[in-house]
Amino acid sequence: MELALLLALPLGGALMLGVFGARRLGAELNAFFSIATFGAACALTVRVIAEGNFVAAREQFFIDPFNVFLVDLTAFVGCTTALFSRPYMRVELEHGRLTAGRLRLYHSMYQLFIFTMLLALTTNNMGLLWVAMEAATLSTVLLVTLYRTPASLEAGWKYFILCGVGIAQALFGTILLYFAAERVLGSEGVTALLWTHLNDVKGQLEPTVLSLAFVFLLVGYGTKMGLAPLHNWLPDAHAEGPTPISAVLSGLLLNVALYAVVRCKILVEGSLHSSLPSQMLMGFGLLSVGLAALFLWRQRDIKRLFAYSSIEHMGIISFAFGMGGPIANFAGLLHMTVHSLTKSAIFFAVGHAAQAAGSQIMDNIRGLLSISPTVGWGLMLGTLAILGLPPFGVFASEFLILTTAVKTQPWAIPILVAALGIAFAAIFRRVQPMVFGEASVPHLAHVPALLPVFAHLIIVLGLGVYIPSYLAHWYREAAHLIGGF
Amino acid sequence: MAPLSWDLQLLNVCAALLLLLAFAMLSQRRIVTLVDLLALQGAVLCVATALVAWRTGKSHLYLSALLTLGLKVLFLPWLLRRLIRRLDVYWDTEPMANIGGTMLLGLLIVIFAFGLAQPISALANTSTKSTIGIAVAVTLLAFLTMITRKKAMSQIVGFLSMENGLFFAAMSATYGMPMVVELGVALDVLVAMLVLGVFFFQIRERFESLDLHHFESLKEEK
Repeated sequence: MELALLLALPLGGALMLGVFGARRLGAELNAFFSIATFGAACALTVRVIAEGNFVAAREQFFIDPFNVFLVDLTAFVGCTTALFSRPYMRVELEHGRLTAGRLRLYHSMYQLFIFTMLLALTTNNMGLLWVAMEAATLSTVLLVTLYRTPASLEAGWKYFILCGVGIAQALFGTILLYFAAERVLGSEGVTALLWTHLNDVKGQLEPTVLSLAFVFLLVGYGTKMGLAPLHNWLPDAHAEGPTPISAVLSGLLLNVALYAVVRCKILVEGSLHSSLPSQMLMGFGLLSVGLAALFLWRQRDIKRLFAYSSIEHMGIISFAFGMGGPIANFAGLLHMTVHSLTKSAIFFAVGHAAQAAGSQIMDNIRGLLSISPTVGWGLMLGTLAILGLPPFGVFASEFLILTTAVKTQPWAIPILVAALGIAFAAIFRRVQPMVFGEASVPHLAHVPALLPVFAHLIIVLGLGVYIPSYLAHWYREAAHLIGGF
Repeated sequence: MAPLSWDLQLLNVCAALLLLLAFAMLSQRRIVTLVDLLALQGAVLCVATALVAWRTGKSHLYLSALLTLGLKVLFLPWLLRRLIRRLDVYWDTEPMANIGGTMLLGLLIVIFAFGLAQPISALANTSTKSTIGIAVAVTLLAFLTMITRKKAMSQIVGFLSMENGLFFAAMSATYGMPMVVELGVALDVLVAMLVLGVFFFQIRERFESLDLHHFESLKEEK
């Protein structure tokens, strides 16, 4: 029931906003549906806490500790982003960068995007997972090109083609998975693609086929989560689309793609009895961390800067899940949470800053603190949090990842530490003058929507200081589920 | 070795035709002809699916053959031709420098694909397992077609041809995916093409051309 509500609300919202989205009411409706979706997610969580894991709709959907926390995170960030986008998009409309018709497209596609992500998270069917991931790309392509500038069209095209090709690889991986499963589970029932069934028989699946399948699945979903060397679309799509979309792409879509990879990894590792999937995850993770750190130096556009930072953090999380074991998995899950909250908060603050300056080029944004202390502090605190300074939650998860790596993968430590150091310097030297420098930006003509920024940052701070016991319990169960060597 | 039954032979002919069409697309420069080849590929795929359905008696494969017929033989080529007419790129050709080299690379890819499919074919217990290698080859050739093209329209044709290859792979290895997945994939492809239709007009409006070499502002240098 709660599950049906969770999926029906954003889908219904998308249809309704497709009709009414152009009116002034559109933004309010968008916020309303997002809040209601979050409410449904909370109700679902309450049920899971009371009753434990469950499957629904002929086992096509299932809820376990791993996906329920991502459902909550997705619904929450989706809700705060809708609150942020309400005033933000109104200003864009007043500045003449958009028309009412395009705003309707934006609102409708926003809800559809949230729907596809929730579908990907809750479905038990690996085939439907693929369908939902592809639909998530399709619903955001036209949002990336919303401003119709040449650069945004180019970014949209790159996004479409790269993710399309990537996701086609994942389809081949899914076919191979089905091929291996069908030999064990039989093709007569429709159980052969259901994750829970696959998980039960993962020890009997043919290892050669599954290792081949994992290569394709990792490349496919890895493209979507921005793993190097297939990350090219990510900075462009983040920089050229409207800011609320950058926030949800970075904060949510990457997480969902990572979720798909981890689900596949659990199956493949159970079949292979070797650490091949782990090593691949660690390898690609480290490559992403290293490349992103180098590219961070050369950025001039603030949204591109933080997009590369997302690639870096996705690399760190992949590395954590690659290491496996209870502590690294715990840290990976925690890092997924805090990265998603912090990065979306940063994009909210960046959105207001860029709107005030009328430019996303960092050299043109100076002295935010003097024109709007809340935007300035929001950006500064968000940056400090994402760079892993204590007492924020990112510090806690990075600390856990590094200490585990010292014990199990000491060879990776120099690369990780160097990359984190470079990223710190690259981002801090850019953000510092933007916040504290001589003011060059005119005052904001409107009241910024900063409640979401500080709400996110307070949660991240809270998670750094103290993790509530039920949340820790949850993470531990999910970490146990992910397993690894 | 006993001679193959006629339906299996016909199926192998279909597989060979698919591969031949993939090569034809690789070397084809005119965009309109590419779309025709794509429709032809869809038709062969449809026949192959129907044959397998008849042979195995699996009714859901008839449905997916119908889906292929409706979507890949009729609707998508119609949509693409309409777009080509409306965008006025009917006489466009690809400026491809080295067709011979690309074809040779294509040959190497086919050999690689058969190597890749070897372990899968060895394990498959479908009567169509000999065509898995061809399916992988078609997919990879379509990918090669995509990356050697400069025009948006031909990249999309490559993309759809890749989807054909994957579909054929699913059919050869496992007699098709579960129906709900196949429907979902078809829906995604359909939506993707509609999004593209909108997208082409946006590009066209900005650049007055569908050449992707206009797209150079986001290169990572400076």
